[in-house]
Amino acid sequence: MTTSVSGQPTPEGEADGQHSHSAGDGPPPGDSPGGTSDDSPGTSPRGTPGDSSSDSPGGSSLGTSGDSPGGSPGDPFDRDVLPTPQGASRTLLASLLRPRRGRVWVTAVALLFQQAIVQAGPLLVAFALDSAVPALREDDFGPLTAVAATYALCALASGGLQYAFVRASRRVSQDVLLDLRGRIFRHAQALSLDFHERYTSGRLISRATADVESLRELLNDGLEELLGVALSVVYISALLLYLDWGLGAAAVLTFWPLGLRIQSFRRRSRLVYGKRSTAIAAVIVKFAETMNGIRPVQAFRRERANDAEFHGLNHRHERFNGDAILEMARYVVSSRLVANTAVAAIVLWGAYRVADGGLALGVLAASVLYLRRLYDPIDRLGMFLNSYQSAAASLEKIAGLLAQRPSVPEPVEPRPLPVRDAERPGREVVFEGVGFAYRTGGEVLPRLDLAIPAGQTTAVVGSTGAGKSTLAKLLARFYDPSRGRVLLDGVDLRELSAPELRRGVVMVTQEAFLFSGTVAENIAIGRPDASREEIERAAKAIGAHDFIAALPDGYDTDVRKRGGRISAGQRQLVSFARALLADPGVLILDEATSSLDIPGERAVQRAMHTVLRGRTAVVIAHRLSTVNIADRVLVMSDGRIVEDGPPEELARGEGEFASLHQAWRNSTG
Amino acid sequence: MWRGGAYLLLLGVAEAGLFGLRRWLVARPLAGVEAAMRADLYRHLQRLPVSFHDRWASGQLLSRATADLQLLRMFLAFPLTFLLVNSATIVVGFAILLAQEWTLGLVLLAPVVPLMVLCSWFETRYSIGARVAQDQIGDLTTIVEEGVLGIRIIKGFGRHRSQARAFGSLSRRVRETELGKARLLAGLWALILTLPELAIGAALVLGTVQVADGAMSAGTLVAFLSTALALRWPVESMGFLLAMSQESATATERYFEAMDAPEQADMTRESAAGKSPSGADGLRFEGVEFRYADAPADVPPVLRGVDLHIRSGETVALVGATGSGKTTLTALVPRLHEATGGRITLDGADIAAMPRGRLRELVSVAFEEPTLFSATAADNVLMGAEGAEEAELRRALEVSQAGFVYALPQGAHTQVGEQGLSLSGGQRQRLALARAVVGRPRFLVLDDPLSALDVHTEALVEAALRQVLATTTALVVAHRPSTVLLADRVALLSGGRIAAVGAHHELLRTSAEYRALMSGAADGGSSR
Repeated sequence: MTTSVSGQPTPEGEADGQHSHSAGDGPPPGDSPGGTSDDSPGTSPRGTPGDSSSDSPGGSSLGTSGDSPGGSPGDPFDRDVLPTPQGASRTLLASLLRPRRGRVWVTAVALLFQQAIVQAGPLLVAFALDSAVPALREDDFGPLTAVAATYALCALASGGLQYAFVRASRRVSQDVLLDLRGRIFRHAQALSLDFHERYTSGRLISRATADVESLRELLNDGLEELLGVALSVVYISALLLYLDWGLGAAAVLTFWPLGLRIQSFRRRSRLVYGKRSTAIAAVIVKFAETMNGIRPVQAFRRERANDAEFHGLNHRHERFNGDAILEMARYVVSSRLVANTAVAAIVLWGAYRVADGGLALGVLAASVLYLRRLYDPIDRLGMFLNSYQSAAASLEKIAGLLAQRPSVPEPVEPRPLPVRDAERPGREVVFEGVGFAYRTGGEVLPRLDLAIPAGQTTAVVGSTGAGKSTLAKLLARFYDPSRGRVLLDGVDLRELSAPELRRGVVMVTQEAFLFSGTVAENIAIGRPDASREEIERAAKAIGAHDFIAALPDGYDTDVRKRGGRISAGQRQLVSFARALLADPGVLILDEATSSLDIPGERAVQRAMHTVLRGRTAVVIAHRLSTVNIADRVLVMSDGRIVEDGPPEELARGEGEFASLHQAWRNSTG
Repeated sequence: MWRGGAYLLLLGVAEAGLFGLRRWLVARPLAGVEAAMRADLYRHLQRLPVSFHDRWASGQLLSRATADLQLLRMFLAFPLTFLLVNSATIVVGFAILLAQEWTLGLVLLAPVVPLMVLCSWFETRYSIGARVAQDQIGDLTTIVEEGVLGIRIIKGFGRHRSQARAFGSLSRRVRETELGKARLLAGLWALILTLPELAIGAALVLGTVQVADGAMSAGTLVAFLSTALALRWPVESMGFLLAMSQESATATERYFEAMDAPEQADMTRESAAGKSPSGADGLRFEGVEFRYADAPADVPPVLRGVDLHIRSGETVALVGATGSGKTTLTALVPRLHEATGGRITLDGADIAAMPRGRLRELVSVAFEEPTLFSATAADNVLMGAEGAEEAELRRALEVSQAGFVYALPQGAHTQVGEQGLSLSGGQRQRLALARAVVGRPRFLVLDDPLSALDVHTEALVEAALRQVLATTTALVVAHRPSTVLLADRVALLSGGRIAAVGAHHELLRTSAEYRALMSGAADGGSSR
């Protein structure tokens, strides 16, 4: 019998290849979750599922300011299957591990030595009985002392190496996780608004927590499992071949069917884990949504309906979780069957050879014992592959997220803004032939030409969908125009670095979100290096100081602990204080005074007259009282500017503004 | 010989079958335990008072529902079994060792005491680390969530770098904690490996001497040492098994922290027998007091004795300075917060003596911040009334001037909310208003319901809303005269009390505070 071992896909070679990413055979092309249309969460309510034709985000719909139509059934965002390049999860893992190569080697070497030392025990026992006992009988304590010393040394060394191994491997694992979490978060923060409006916070949380966690399992124990399996398989195969060529070769041949089992296990479990990752994300999305909207949930008695909906999502996750365990069971059973059949066949063959006198009984006995041990690592290999596939599925989701390119990228070679005079801090804004369409089509701004001189306060009015908010978002560079340019003091916004842009333009929105932390920290978002005096000055200027001072810990009150008690109006004041602190050249207020009462609104107007004097301001307002402070009013309709002029002049005219103004005067009595 | 082979094969098949059976048996239950605990937590959290949710960051709740429960499932899958099996193996192993050679057995037992001390020291230390790490993961979850919910502010101020720095420093802290845990684990593991090994070495030396003296046969020593070496893995494994148990223990502790928060009693007061519902009495506040449970003792209550009677069918506007407690007062009516003093009655019935479900059926609310859920626009509106008809939906959308939903891609069945189309603030507010009026509730509480509407729409909504309010008992929080004019009377909330009640023009004349609150509009109007 000839032995051509090298060509066989041995389990250890297979597994090793996965880990080092040197193996040529990538994952089967068809097994990425992207190919499955039944992957959509059970809640996806629209249209017919299974229309997975749109594979790029560009081909799908985009929900934005409410002026644009909604998502299509095949939207990869809805189904949580962002396009991922081939082998992206592998590339990602490799890129995470590469900088830690040195430490990975240290880990492997420590583990190898440790395992070797552990094997020394039986040898020492043999030495003690064979050499030390006879020596003792001759009153020679030398060999015994040697045994004692060596044994003690081995014990200490094995402990020390174990210590080193655990420290080094956890260090690698934590460094990788730190790196990966940071990448996810930084990337998510760099992605544009349109991405976040579709991806949902729950999914992002899922990527940064649950998916990262499954990589942790692999990193913590993976190397140990893998090395352990590889070592024992190589060691025992060699022993078997050494004991008897024929039996050894037969044993090695069984690696082929086992390899097939492993292949199929990998394929199947990867699919299940991909679905599980999608399912847990859907659970997290629902959970987060409920907890963030607990007031309306309770007030409208949604508890029971939510229970039922959550049960559906949770049950889906439960099923895939169970499926994953069952895949493992299927693998263990089938490979055990293969292995045990092989043992029975080899033993039978050996027995015939013993009967023929071609094999010594002792050799057969030893071979049988070793055969059992050869197949022992099947379970451990399964555990390794299990965590590998779980991590691979998660990494694929993460890679899909990381592969999203920001639609509003930072410039490679930023240009600076011209230095402005301290006396004239405003900047000039020019919209030059700007066209903008949300990706679904339905152009919102067909063509906009607009120049706002430095220091002018411009109010923009118009009905919902007229394009006011789009104008504001283009100026704040939340989006880039599809055509034309937006210029700030003559510099295209696309050529400004992010810090430069935000010193130039700041936007205060209607949603006044407070972050965890103190009130002072929330105001300091406007300018992180601001001193306490500056923060308080900004709060005073906007009329927020009194209520902040009245909070239990004043500016150091944790908003999360008492977040429910800072009213919407107070939150808007805090976000104005942020803007004052940021002290931008151009200030955009996008319906930012909606929840303020009249004294609050007056304080804001006063602040714009004093603190923000000389700034260029664009005020999107539905309240005409805000318009009164404007130098100029733009009336928008269907993405076009239909009226433009000083408020008094327009109010006297016949246009839309005049009628709005009339309505407003009537409403205030 | 064939028969021998067949038996061997049969044995092999049986073994594989049993392996599979064990896994097959646990697969569904294991996944089931995790899912059931998560569903319980979700169920429970939904029913906890709003004050609980104000205190807890949702990331902390989320990490309990995901990471902690996953940990627990993993613990139940393997470590728990091994912990039991290996402990039993060790006990039995030592019994055999002592039976074989009790002197040498005692030598092996020597490290047990120091190891036990060590393990218990380790457990305390490690569980602290595990707890810290899990809490930090909860905080991390919160930052990620806020990073998305507040993305417009982060982008608007260009703060994504500082936000990433905050995230980075917290995740570095997580790493430090984890490395601290690793240090502990590595130390424990090394000692668990070394001490028994030293004892075996000692036994080997003593045994060799005895063999040399002829007091023991070499075979006995080999048998003894084989048994001892067979115990190596069970003993070694104790290191990470203990670590896993500690982590699961703290995870469970975290889970039950949230689970043990008491749900409020459905009825906090017995229905007063004498005062049975007396027809159409309207909405009545009698000496209502409220202070937040965690407010410092020296801070006066937010509401201290609110007396207000809204007659049946009447609409009262609630006006007050920013932070005067208007929103708090509105939250007391559907019992999102429980009044800490006084009582609120609906048609004479004390709301504290009413099942919450019933109360919330009677009272419909539109919140200051209109929250839409990931559902269709129609579902979002209809959650205000179970079993309402299409016609009801149309009427409600008409009242709130939310006809724009019919122009959405799939009309009223377009998905909105976080997982759907994002609507503008004004659109969200109109849907929330439609939700409040769709069920034709007897009592309506509206918190500044028109703040985000443009002046045209506002006028239209007001006209339609008047029709609804004509037949409803309503409390409307108002910031400006246009909203105030919806009401029959105005109540001024000041200093935790109702300072004045009257018609708009009357209060403008008599109350300086009211005049100040409404003055902006007054001189805004007179300037033209």
